[in-house]
Amino acid sequence: MASVLFGNLVAAMSRVGLGFDLGFLDTTAGFDIAGAPFPYEPSDSYGQAFLAGLFNTLLVSFLGIVFATALGLIVGVARLSGNWLVSRMAAGYVETIRNTPLLVQLFFIYFAVLLQLPTVADSMSLGGSVFLNQRGLFLPSPQPSPTILPWLLLLAAGVVAGFGLRALAARREAAGLRTHRLGSIGSLAALIVIPAIGWVVSSPAPISLAPPTRQGFNFAGGIALSPEFTAIVVGLVLYTAAFIAEVVRGGIQAIRRGQVDAAYALGLTEMQTLRLVILPQALRVIIPPLTSQYLNLAKNSSLAIAVGYPDLFKVGTTIGNQTGQPVSVIILVMATYLMISLSISLLLNLYNRRIQVIER
Amino acid sequence: MTTGILPPPDETGGAIAWLRRNLFATWYDTLLTVVLVVVLGAFAIGAAQWAVTEARWGVVITNLRLFLIGQYPFEEAWRIWLGLTILSALAGLSAGIYGGAVRTLGTWLAAGQAILAGLAFVSALGPIVALALVFNSAVAALGFILGLRRSAWRNGLAVGWLVSLPVVFLLLSGISGTVIPEVGTNVWGGLLLTFVLATVGIVLAFPLGVLLALGRRSGLPAIRVLSTAYIELIRGVPLVTILFMADLILPLFLPGDVRIDRVIRATGGIVLFSAAYVAENVRGGLQAIPTGQVEAAQALGLNAFQSNLFVVLPQALRAVIPANVGLFISLLKDTTLVVIIGLLELLGIGRAVLAQPQWLGAQLEVYVFIAIVFFVLCYTLSQASYRLEASLGVGSR
Repeated sequence: MASVLFGNLVAAMSRVGLGFDLGFLDTTAGFDIAGAPFPYEPSDSYGQAFLAGLFNTLLVSFLGIVFATALGLIVGVARLSGNWLVSRMAAGYVETIRNTPLLVQLFFIYFAVLLQLPTVADSMSLGGSVFLNQRGLFLPSPQPSPTILPWLLLLAAGVVAGFGLRALAARREAAGLRTHRLGSIGSLAALIVIPAIGWVVSSPAPISLAPPTRQGFNFAGGIALSPEFTAIVVGLVLYTAAFIAEVVRGGIQAIRRGQVDAAYALGLTEMQTLRLVILPQALRVIIPPLTSQYLNLAKNSSLAIAVGYPDLFKVGTTIGNQTGQPVSVIILVMATYLMISLSISLLLNLYNRRIQVIER
Repeated sequence: MTTGILPPPDETGGAIAWLRRNLFATWYDTLLTVVLVVVLGAFAIGAAQWAVTEARWGVVITNLRLFLIGQYPFEEAWRIWLGLTILSALAGLSAGIYGGAVRTLGTWLAAGQAILAGLAFVSALGPIVALALVFNSAVAALGFILGLRRSAWRNGLAVGWLVSLPVVFLLLSGISGTVIPEVGTNVWGGLLLTFVLATVGIVLAFPLGVLLALGRRSGLPAIRVLSTAYIELIRGVPLVTILFMADLILPLFLPGDVRIDRVIRATGGIVLFSAAYVAENVRGGLQAIPTGQVEAAQALGLNAFQSNLFVVLPQALRAVIPANVGLFISLLKDTTLVVIIGLLELLGIGRAVLAQPQWLGAQLEVYVFIAIVFFVLCYTLSQASYRLEASLGVGSR
């Protein structure tokens, strides 16, 4: 049976000329990628187009993972809040997101929200430096000024002083001397105050913000986030955060009540209990399911094609259509996603091994 | 009752005490509550105002037929309602016999059809379709009453379900030259296609997944490596790439003169995809079976095949039912991805409707409607799954 199927496959592949062949990667792509991460021209090769797509996928996945983790942590803690309204709101968010398809949410964000924003002429503006319109989100971009170099040295000095104080405090603590909070407040003060003084005295300021300015039918200067990019990142973050929130809640609930009572009995505040007692223990329970949420996010980033963001999958399908080698390209795309998935799970498994309690 | 021990202080103490404890416990709780009430209130008022005065819900009412069955020819649509009648009868009977979570699902199937009947009545589908749907709800209710506490019917019911799924599929696709002419799956669409893709996907993926799970634990290295490689490969890539691949490649496996349409190809992709996930669920169930069970089976003289079939699998599969309901829910959501390869399931129909000139600006209405449909389906299923988990005692034994 398998041999019959394989025979059919080989016959059909040779009939339509679909052997596995990646020779086309060197030929000219001829299509543009809006918002390519590095300078890319239609005259560049398919290989470079593929790399641009890969970079976009990695960028979206990375940003998605960072923001989804932060939001998921907040929502997960909020679900266990003593405030009824807060916990109900978090639960409502989680249930709504988890029970509707990601693709519907993406279409909603892109077509029903972002593309319905005002036109460039009536942009919504925040303080004259942040603009939001149909063409995307425009942020001021940081520009270095001549004083940047001395200020960076001061920043480095602050960091060194902060770590120095920390080390000093640790040494005094080990020797049984009083630390006078040198490790916590002292180091933080050094870290913040030294660069802050530098910022105030230097003129012009080390970093100035160049606001986007309107030019004709669009904005120039500043950082422009296209609606496609915004839609896929916001969509992935909102969706995955709901799942991460459930993971976080499960992790926190796995901690025995006695731990919390003991922390309160020691006089720790609610915030300290969360930070020093609950989260470090919950992390051990959280990491394995969190890994699979990160994997899902990376895989779901392929839905960027639905809003037209040129990620790995979208660029791949375009290349496949243009070269007439869709099978080769899709195999390459799948192999690349597999590599991304394997890398994420490898990294998190290493981290997981580090934080687990070593049992004797 | 022991004397001398005071009962715990009464902490319920009325609405005021509840408010103080849950909303205004500390000053920042109070601040948070006030801010949230203001924000949520403004949002709720805005949303309600939009839904009542501004939203053009006509886009849903006018296109209800498309949303439900896509391009399925209207003069043949009676076959869909008849198929639903068969399923309603079986669901009603199951609800009566099993009770619990199954009853929740049966109730929702009946209630869902009654709600649809209401929508159908005011839409172009007309009162006859509405009547058919109400009839189906009644059939489900009748089945429920008939089935109450008749546990002797359980085996018959299982056979009924097994037989009915292909029968309903045949009824929908038809046989050329008979009273039910062929309706190609390329015109199936809307909610009908969503359900067909998810149901066929999970039903066909199930046996494949069980085989893969057994293969992954097999003593034969070749089978174990192949099964593991398949499972990890599929789980490491996005569903869209598999759908895309299936769309391109499945036709190539067949002899040159055989053509299969896109719905079948997409279903093939979904089956190959979900089989890997079913396999991992089943593997979890297999690992939960104590080795003693297998050893006992061997001691009784059962061979490997028999011990799997009669001892291990019945216990393992029972334990993974809730996990597979969860899988069905995510599959139901994932069927929307076939939009990307150009099929018109519920979301695809929504996009097609939005392309009609008179409904160009109705994005919000259409996507909100689709989101509500999915929410109701998935939320109901997940609630049923929680109850099922509790009644099967998974994780508490």
